[in-house]
Amino acid sequence: MTEDTKFHHGDAQEQAPIIRMVDIQKHFGSVIALAGVSFDLRPGECHCLLGDNGAGKSTFIKTMSGVHKPTAGEIFFEDKPMHFEDPRDAIAAGIATVHQHLAMIPLMSVSRNFFMGNEPTKKVAGINFFDKKLADEITMEEMRKMGINLRGPDQAVGTLSGGERQTVAIARAVHFGAKILILDEPTSALGVRQTSNVLATIDKVRSQGVGVVFISHNVRHALAVGDRFTVLNRGQTLGTAKRGEISPEELQDLMAGGQELAELEGSLGGTV
Amino acid sequence: MAESAQSAMGGDERIKEISPLRRALIRPELGGMVGTVAVFTFFLLFAFDSGMFNAQGVMNWSIVSAQFMIIAVGACLLMIAGEFDLSVGSMIGFAGMMIAIFSVTLSWPVWMAIIVTFALCIFIGAVNGYIVVRTGLPSFIVTLAFLFILRGFTIYLPQTIERKTIIGGIRDVAEGDWLAAVFGGKVGQGLFVWLGDAGIIETFERGTRAGQPVVDGIPMLIIWALAIILFGHILLTKTKFGNWIFAAGGDAEAARNSGVPVNRVKILMFMFTAFCATVFATCQVMEFGSAGADRGLLKEFEAIIAVVIGGALLTGGYGSVLGAALGALIFGVVQQGLFFAGVESSLFRVFLGVILLGAVILNTYIRRIITGER
Repeated sequence: MTEDTKFHHGDAQEQAPIIRMVDIQKHFGSVIALAGVSFDLRPGECHCLLGDNGAGKSTFIKTMSGVHKPTAGEIFFEDKPMHFEDPRDAIAAGIATVHQHLAMIPLMSVSRNFFMGNEPTKKVAGINFFDKKLADEITMEEMRKMGINLRGPDQAVGTLSGGERQTVAIARAVHFGAKILILDEPTSALGVRQTSNVLATIDKVRSQGVGVVFISHNVRHALAVGDRFTVLNRGQTLGTAKRGEISPEELQDLMAGGQELAELEGSLGGTV
Repeated sequence: MAESAQSAMGGDERIKEISPLRRALIRPELGGMVGTVAVFTFFLLFAFDSGMFNAQGVMNWSIVSAQFMIIAVGACLLMIAGEFDLSVGSMIGFAGMMIAIFSVTLSWPVWMAIIVTFALCIFIGAVNGYIVVRTGLPSFIVTLAFLFILRGFTIYLPQTIERKTIIGGIRDVAEGDWLAAVFGGKVGQGLFVWLGDAGIIETFERGTRAGQPVVDGIPMLIIWALAIILFGHILLTKTKFGNWIFAAGGDAEAARNSGVPVNRVKILMFMFTAFCATVFATCQVMEFGSAGADRGLLKEFEAIIAVVIGGALLTGGYGSVLGAALGALIFGVVQQGLFFAGVESSLFRVFLGVILLGAVILNTYIRRIITGER
């Protein structure tokens, strides 16, 4: 019933990247936020961007989603050089960002939230009316696919858990044709159960051929779903590793720069 | 499709079945419906013989309620969009005075006076909205400023031009004007003559109008009220724009992130509120035949109270036009009913305060149910 029932299975590693960002630099006045970061994303893969606070993760994804323009470096979107003037350009191209907050309105129903800003309309007597029946049907269907059981499409988003809200936001982005989904710390405020729900959602979205950029500073969450891992530290790429090539400990060391954590390791007993 | 929706509903054992009572509770109109039933029950019991429920009595409280409804619908949509307009009362006085000055003092045709006044007032509404969305200041403060600015002009202009604060003679100049009739006329005269002849409603027994029904038609004010309610209800619940109104008031930032033109929605709602205030003013001026500098005093608060009784949240994002209309009906019936019941009219204010407090507490409780907070 929707276009989303077409799946694009296939080995992610063989396909050409949807987006390729080469040697991106971003300076804010005298502050060098990004000092040459390279990154690419293929359809159907989950590429984790890891880094400690202040590593430049946020600046980098804002560059990708059109909020910032890079000071130097190039962005290729589907192999064509791309210059996003503002976030609208990026959204139009199919780059959707799901923020941890500011995505859902608790007082509104799930279906009204799902179609907020993209309401389907139906012409009756020459006037465009909001096609609520269609919106309700699509919402129920999409939520069912993501494994969320709603009482009804009129259920308010406020009654959903944090993880379910993330899932609704992700499902919405995918339904409206996102090719790249940027998830900015989607799991950082969630409990164990809810985190696993969100990670399962990422897995479902990836299997539909959407490229996922997963930003986190939690190594275990990243390792649970990631296909590739890029670590940022002090505005630079410390390298990209494929799944299975790197251990949690190595990843953790890369993120923190190694030194300080080694001393803490003993008392904390493993990964943080 | 219906099947998949069914199976999705049957799924989760953690979701408790909600009782029909609770389901009804989260409808914004509930408070208004219960209040309406309570108010009518009360007056049917205690004021039935007072003439409140004969044709004249019904027309009396219907007109008062319709006045409240017109401004309540505007205030309701604006409140759902997350803003207030405290300048509604002053706008009513200002609009009426402008019509009087244009048509009587400047001798413009009445239709032109009305159209220019509408344009002017809607423009002021847009300025209100523009300042609010541009500066990010609370609409409370911005429109409070306009409350004083507009009231000041409403007193200053007639005093300077005519050396008085009431301008009369509008009925004479409006005689036969097509647009004046749209606001000050009556419809359904034939029906009421028939009702009078059939003995269903009383007729005058003496005087020059003997034989004519005591109520000779439905004032256009009531037609305007019903039309505005219908328009507001359909706009809010059945259109794309209605979804944007909810979104703008629920969380402006989230709405912007989803591509909703929040600023445009808010400015348009300020303009609609100004439009409603001007409709109120025009009907009033045509009915009284005069414009006074003190018209519309405190109307902004009465509109907001009607909206809150109707179940809207003061914080925006939730409410109902039908609820606001019921709130206005309760308002009108009680105000006139206390008069019919022979109760000291100052007690009306006591009632107003009590019912407002009750409604706000109920709404807060309902909001907790909807959003699942405890």
